[in-house]
Amino acid sequence: MSKERIQICPEFFDIMPPEYQDLVTNATWGKEGRGWKDVGVNKELIEQHSLCAGCPESMAFRYILASLPAPEDTVMVGSTGCTSLVFPHVGVHNIHSLFGNQNAIASGLKRALMVRFPDRVKDVVVLAGDGATVDIGLDYTLQSWFRQEKFTTICFDNELYANTGGQESGLMQKGFVAKMAPVGKKFDKVRLPEIAKESGCHYIVNCTVSKPSLVEKVVRNAVLIAREIGPTYLQLYTPCILEIGKNSMEGLQEMRDSEKPGERFAYKEFMSDEAKAFLADLAEKDKAKKASAKEALAQA
Amino acid sequence: MDSHSIIGTKNKKGQVFTDPHHLFFEAPRIPSFFTGSEVIKEAIRRASVDLMVAYPITPQSEAAALIGELYAEGYVTDYMRGENEFGVMSECAGGSFGGARVFTTTAGPGTMRAMENFPMWSGARLPIEMIVTCRGINSPLSIQPDTLEIYFLLETGMLVWHAETAQDFYDWILMGFIVAEQPDVHLPIAICCDGFFVTHTKDVVNLTPVDMCLPPYDPYRSPVPCMDMECPPVRMMRDPFVMKSNYISYATHASWQQEIRAAIERSRKHTIPMIGGLIESENTDAEILIVSSGTAVSQGREAIRLLEDEGLRVGLVKVKSLRPWPYHEIREATKHAKHIFVPEFNVAGWMAREIKATIPDSDRVIAGPHVAGGMTMPPEVIVEHIQRSLGKSVATLAGRGS
Ligand SMILES: Cc1ncc(C[n+]2csc(CCOP(=O)(O)OP(=O)(O)O)c2C)c(N)n1
Ligand code: SF4
Ligand SMILES: [Mg+2]
Repeated sequence: MSKERIQICPEFFDIMPPEYQDLVTNATWGKEGRGWKDVGVNKELIEQHSLCAGCPESMAFRYILASLPAPEDTVMVGSTGCTSLVFPHVGVHNIHSLFGNQNAIASGLKRALMVRFPDRVKDVVVLAGDGATVDIGLDYTLQSWFRQEKFTTICFDNELYANTGGQESGLMQKGFVAKMAPVGKKFDKVRLPEIAKESGCHYIVNCTVSKPSLVEKVVRNAVLIAREIGPTYLQLYTPCILEIGKNSMEGLQEMRDSEKPGERFAYKEFMSDEAKAFLADLAEKDKAKKASAKEALAQA
Repeated sequence: MDSHSIIGTKNKKGQVFTDPHHLFFEAPRIPSFFTGSEVIKEAIRRASVDLMVAYPITPQSEAAALIGELYAEGYVTDYMRGENEFGVMSECAGGSFGGARVFTTTAGPGTMRAMENFPMWSGARLPIEMIVTCRGINSPLSIQPDTLEIYFLLETGMLVWHAETAQDFYDWILMGFIVAEQPDVHLPIAICCDGFFVTHTKDVVNLTPVDMCLPPYDPYRSPVPCMDMECPPVRMMRDPFVMKSNYISYATHASWQQEIRAAIERSRKHTIPMIGGLIESENTDAEILIVSSGTAVSQGREAIRLLEDEGLRVGLVKVKSLRPWPYHEIREATKHAKHIFVPEFNVAGWMAREIKATIPDSDRVIAGPHVAGGMTMPPEVIVEHIQRSLGKSVATLAGRGS
């Protein structure tokens, strides 16, 4: 959608909600190099949220939305869970339908958008909790990857079912004592990134959201690769500070502690050969563009 | 796309986008001898479907595969096999959220597996068309005809029609899209038939011309925004209603459910001229009536002939639409009847319950006969049921002993 579509009739400008005014006047849509640095200044895609104070999911949401390469043509798909409390505040079209069916919804959605807009970019991004992605929705997650559906799956891994009060999840660590794991979880954290690789994902990253610049890079890569090549998967640690007994200020430290070398969220990345070639080509083009811009500047 | 300006132009298969009224009521009809499954295929060939999601389950597997052939030929734009029916119905939802005309078929356990999706479809105002070729849902495993699954669909917020014949089926598949997509309706529609009896038998069906098709679906006539980022993405609310336990939250959920029911009622004005009324009736001045839907109506018709030979005059009411429910029509049609028999292909007798809840003096309703699990319903069984209930001697089955 172009920005023209969202212009406000001048007579009504002052009575429109401030977020909408903001969207029209300051939106980062279409801006080259939009990214995490816009967070706090450009609030057209997300301003408030209704998560617990200090919940790392809120940071993750801001970084991801700031990093989408084309929010004006992106539709997001959520699931039930803490994320579903944020989506109503999000300024891109987004779908909540049921718990766990997000990748099936996204499959149909992406196909519909390809049928209806064959010559335009329409990105689809799934964002759901670990319970939604790995437990109740695992079939739909994997099947969409097997089918090579061209969209990005982002899992907010908080290692438990937060929204229902902290029950055991497949991505929970072994031994963790939780509701429905009264003597500690009896099996290992499911290795979804490895499964994703076997299932045909072209770009997979496992990390925390402690570093906004890193989140920006991986989100951008994941969306662009999904657009051009095939399914991509990001597993982001967004600790549920409420259920692991941390204070509002402690989320960042929790992420830093768990991304140290050897820890379960130490940065891990996988790329298919196609994805590697695509990113290399992209970097090449970026370089050429910058060089010619520099030249033009020197000549001016 | 503006569906009006496109009328008269051709699609990539050379079919002319035709005004639905003209297509249904004025265009020539070509008699053809087809199975029910082939009839589904021929209807979809003319339906300008963007996305079909398929999954095998008897007795709809053949139809679902035949539509794959249509995709290969280019009549259906996209086609996929889902992973199971829960996934299938969510894939349909995704397609419909994205503004596509979406079609699917299912049956029995497939309907049950997918169930969580149906109230979501109607709540999200997705005008998906789903064919249900009814079969048993009981254990032990059965693939036989049985209409129990329809009962589970009645309060999902979908439009539910129950076809008797392959001709009903053909017409309603095309008409169903048009009713479901009306801006003041915009709801999913289940078009049901009795599996095998309709899908696997051949019948003469009058088809519309193959070079005419429905105009495409226009998602911008939807009462809720299409999820394609082509209209401004409003922030819907400060807090999602699921977070709140207050009056506004309750009122929102309650009124939206009422709105879905109201939209079902609003579909009447489109449906009645399209399928020729929500019911069809014959001889409703008779003291005895048979009221039912699906192929139970066909068997009822035969039973009426047999009873006529014995000097008993019996009227017939065929219920075509279950949602909207023809409340007033049934009250009117049954007002002279002293005895109302409701033959059904399921153990629960849901149709009889619905009718009892509709008419005054509901003890006039005599549920049954019920056959289930794939049994056929010979007209003689209906005759015997009526004669026994009326305290008459049962002649027709005398030869079978007691
Ligand atoms: C079919 C169904 N089963 C169960 C639930 C209840 N439920 C809602 S959210 C949730 C857990 C969500 O966990 P996760 O996906 O990890 O998201 P989080 O809340 O942790 O971010 C559950 C079990 C539901 N809404 N629907
Ligand atoms: S319950 Fe946990 S995951 Fe959910 S908002 Fe609170 S801290 Fe975040
Ligand atoms: Mg979780």
